[in-house]
Amino acid sequence: MNNEELKIKITELLPSAIFDETGEWLNIHVTPTDWLSFAIQLRNDDLLFFDYLFCLTCIDWTKPAEEKPDLTMVYHFSSTKFRHHIVVKSNLNSSQPQIETVSNIWQTANFLEREVYEMFGVNFLNHPDLRLLILPDGWEGKNPMRKNFEDPINMIKL
Amino acid sequence: MWSLSNISSAIHNWLNQTFNPTWAMIIEMFIAGIAVIGLFALLGLVLVLMERRVAAWMQIRLGPNRVGPFGLLQSAADTVKLLVKEGMTPNGADKFLFNLAPFIAMMVAMLLMAPIAFAKDFQLWNLNIGVLYVTAVSSIMVVSILMAGWASNNKYSLMGAMRSGAQIVSYELSAGLSILTIVVFTGSLNIADIINAQSNGWWIFKGHIPVLISFVIFIVAVTAETNRAPFDLAEAESELTAGFHTEYSGMKFALFFLAEYINVFIVCAIGATLFLGGWMPFHIGHWKAFNQVMDYIPTSIWFFGKTFFLIFVIMWFRWTFPRLRIDQLLNLEWKYLLPISMFNLLLATAIAILGWHF
Amino acid sequence: MFRETEILKTGSQILPIKQNLEGAGDFVINVGPQHPATHGVLHLVITLNGETIKKVEPHLGYIHRSIEKMCERLNFRQFIYVTSRMDYLSAHINNHACAMCVEKGMQLEVPDRAQVIRVIMDELTRIASHELWWGAMAMDIGAFTPFFHAFREREKINEIMEETCGARLTMNYYVPGGLMADLHPNFQKKVKEFITLFKLKIDEYDELVTGNIIFINRMKGVGILSKEDAVSYGCSGPAARGSSVSNDIRKLYPYAVYDKVQFDEILETGCDSLARYMVRIREMKQSIHIIEQLIDNIPEGEFQAKTKAVLKLPKGEFYSRVETARGELGVYIVSEGATTPYRIKFRSPGFSNLSALDKMARGSKLGDLVAMMGTLDLVIPDIDR
Repeated sequence: MNNEELKIKITELLPSAIFDETGEWLNIHVTPTDWLSFAIQLRNDDLLFFDYLFCLTCIDWTKPAEEKPDLTMVYHFSSTKFRHHIVVKSNLNSSQPQIETVSNIWQTANFLEREVYEMFGVNFLNHPDLRLLILPDGWEGKNPMRKNFEDPINMIKL
Repeated sequence: MWSLSNISSAIHNWLNQTFNPTWAMIIEMFIAGIAVIGLFALLGLVLVLMERRVAAWMQIRLGPNRVGPFGLLQSAADTVKLLVKEGMTPNGADKFLFNLAPFIAMMVAMLLMAPIAFAKDFQLWNLNIGVLYVTAVSSIMVVSILMAGWASNNKYSLMGAMRSGAQIVSYELSAGLSILTIVVFTGSLNIADIINAQSNGWWIFKGHIPVLISFVIFIVAVTAETNRAPFDLAEAESELTAGFHTEYSGMKFALFFLAEYINVFIVCAIGATLFLGGWMPFHIGHWKAFNQVMDYIPTSIWFFGKTFFLIFVIMWFRWTFPRLRIDQLLNLEWKYLLPISMFNLLLATAIAILGWHF
Repeated sequence: MFRETEILKTGSQILPIKQNLEGAGDFVINVGPQHPATHGVLHLVITLNGETIKKVEPHLGYIHRSIEKMCERLNFRQFIYVTSRMDYLSAHINNHACAMCVEKGMQLEVPDRAQVIRVIMDELTRIASHELWWGAMAMDIGAFTPFFHAFREREKINEIMEETCGARLTMNYYVPGGLMADLHPNFQKKVKEFITLFKLKIDEYDELVTGNIIFINRMKGVGILSKEDAVSYGCSGPAARGSSVSNDIRKLYPYAVYDKVQFDEILETGCDSLARYMVRIREMKQSIHIIEQLIDNIPEGEFQAKTKAVLKLPKGEFYSRVETARGELGVYIVSEGATTPYRIKFRSPGFSNLSALDKMARGSKLGDLVAMMGTLDLVIPDIDR
C-alpha cells in the first residue's frame, strides 16, 4: 500500500490519528492511551500486517523549544509481506512517562524497551521484565540519554 | 650391536658382581625410578614442542622458533615459567583434594610406564597380566579428574569433571574390547608374548578385518579417554573455559598438562605394541635382504617411531576436527562403537578358533 | 555484604546481577564477561538443568560507550568516525550508512565514481567480516585450524584497505558527499589478484569445515529460529535469511549502485545453525561476484561532491539503512537545523539478533549455545554501542 491508501486505512482504524508526511515514510501520531489497541490492529490487520518492528527509540525534546512535547516514542514498522513502512509516534509527559509495552506483539520490543527504559526513564506498563539491560546496578532513574543528564566526571560542559 | 637391553644387562651384571643381590636390586629399583622420572620429564618437553610444531604446520605458521635452535628450548623455558609461578588455591576449595588431584593424575601416568616394552628385552616389569594392568590402572585417571573438578568449587570445573567422568567410563569399554581382540588372537595378556607373536608380521596385517576394525575403534576410544580433541569436552575451552583445571595454576596445572601428554604417549605405545608389533621391525615375507636391513635398525627406534606416528595421528585429529557435543559423544560410544566392537570380538574369536588369520 | 559472602561461596565467579529467587536451586553459570566463546565482553547468565539450557539472560553494557550521546556533540562530518568503532568488522558499511543519511538530509548528489568504489569497499568488508566469522565460529565449536586459514585471506583484504584508506580496521574512508581520498593506483590490480586467490580458497574452506561430519552433526537441527520468530524478534541479515526471511536491504531497498549489479539474495530454509552458516558461505561468493562486475567498470571523475566546510542538516528526521555483514543497520537522525544531530539512533543488527538467543537456546545443550552464538555472529561493540 502506498501512503495515501495507508492513510485511509489507518483513519478507519483510529479516527483520532494525526498524520505527518514530511519524512520519507508516513508518520502517525497517537496518544499513549490509544497505543496498545492500535498496535494490535497494526500487527493483525490483513491489509496492514506490520510484522517487523525494526527500530524503537525515544527522543527527549526538553531543551530546544517550549511548544515541543517532553518525550516522543518513535516506532518504525515495516511489513515483510507488503513491504510498506510507517512511523508511529507518541508523545509522553516527562514528569510521568509511561506507555503500554508492545513486547508481547513484537518480541524484539522486549530488549529495545528495556534500553529506552534505562536511557530515558520511560515506564513500559505490563512489560514482562523491565530491568536495566546495559547500565550497571545502581543506575535506575538516572536516564543518561536525557538532555538534562549531567555527569561531572565524564562529561565536559560546552 | 648397540641396544638398550645390552646396556641394561651390563649394568645388572656389574651391580651383581659388585654388591650382594639385595643391594643390587635396591639400586636397580632406584635407577629405574630415576629413569622413569627422567623419561617422563623428557617426554613432556618433547611432546609439548611436537604438538606446537604440528599445530603450527597445519595452521600455516611457524610455531616456537625463538628459544634455542629451532625453538627446541621453548618447552624448557615454559617449564621454568610454570615452576616459578604461584600455585593458587581458590578460597572455598577443598584444599586437600585440590592439591592431591594433580599428583594422582601424575602417579597414574607413571604407573602405566611399568609394563611397556621400550625395546627388545627392555621392560621395567614383565608382568603376566600386562594388558589388563594397563586398562585397570588407566581408569584411575578419572578419579583425579573428578577430584579436581569437585574440589575446585567452581561450576565450570564441576561440569568438566561430570562430562569427563561420563566420557572416560564409557569409552573404556570400547578400548578394552578392542584390546581383547588382540588378546584373543595371541592367547596371552603378557605384553612380551603379544610382541613375540608378531615376529612373523604385525597384527594389523595378520589379523585383517577384525583387527583393522578394532584398531580404528581403539584409536577413537583412546583419543576420548585421554580427553583430546575432538573429544576434549572435559576442558572444552569455548564452553567451559578450561574445564576441570580452570582453577589450577603454576606447577599443579603443569602436572595435569604433563599427565595428559604422558597419557597420550602411553596409549599410543599400547596401540603400537598391540597392533603395530611394538619393537618388532617391519618385515616383508621372504625378502631376506630387506628384512636384514630392517633388523639393523635398533628396536628402540622402531618402538618410538611407531608410537610417535600414532601420536602424530592423534594430534592431526585435534587440529582438524571440531568438537563433539556431550550427547553425540555418548551416542557414538553406546550406540555405535560398543555394539560394533562386541560383534567384532565375536568375529575375531571365530577367526582365531578357525585359524583363518595369517 | 551479601554479595561478598556469596562470591566466597560460589568460588571465583561473578554473581548474576539480580538473582531470581524463584529459580533458587538451579545451576546458574556465568558465561562472560571474560570467556573464550563470547568474542568480547558479553555476559550471559545461563540457567542449566544438567547440560540442558533452561534460560539465557544477557547482561550487556561492558563496552557501552554511549556513542549515540557522544554523537550529539559531534558535527555531521565528525560523527561518522565514531561509528567505525561500533561494528568494527564492517567499519566501511557503518560509515556508508551514516554518510548516506547525511547525504539524504542535505540532498547531496554523490558522484558515480564514489558510489561504485563504496560498493566495492563494502563488499570487500563483507568478505573480510565473514572470513573472521568463519574462523571464529569454527574455533567456537572446537576446530582451531580454520581460524588461521581465514586470517590468511583476510590479511590480503586488509592490505588492500591499508593502501587506500591508511587503516586496517577503523577505516573512516567515507565522508558526506563521497570519499575522503581517491583510490590507490594498485587497487584494481590487487583486488583482481585477491578474487583469483579467494575463488580457490573458498572451496578449501568447504573441504575443511563444511563437509565435516562432526561439524554437520553439531550444526544441523540446533538453534531453531522459525520464520515467524525471526521476524518477531527483529532479526536481520544472515540470521534471518537462514530462516528464509527475505530482508536483504541491498536487494529490497537498493542504495548506491546495488540496483545496477547482478547478485542473488541468499535464502536458506533450514532455520537452524547450519542454514545460517550456509547463508554466510554463499554470501561470500555473491560478494565476489559483485566485485567482479564493478572492478573493471569504475567510472572516471570526481570522487567527492563539492560540499560546504560546515554541514547543516535541515530540520527534520532522516533514516537510512544498509546491509552490514551482520544485518540491517539503520541510522535515524533527528535534526533541529544545527551543525550537530539533535538525536541519533543506531539500529544495530546485533542487538536484535541477540534478543532471539534465549528463544533459540532453550532446551538445547550448553555446547550448542556456543555454536548458536557463533552463527549469530555477535560483535559486542555493535550490540552495546
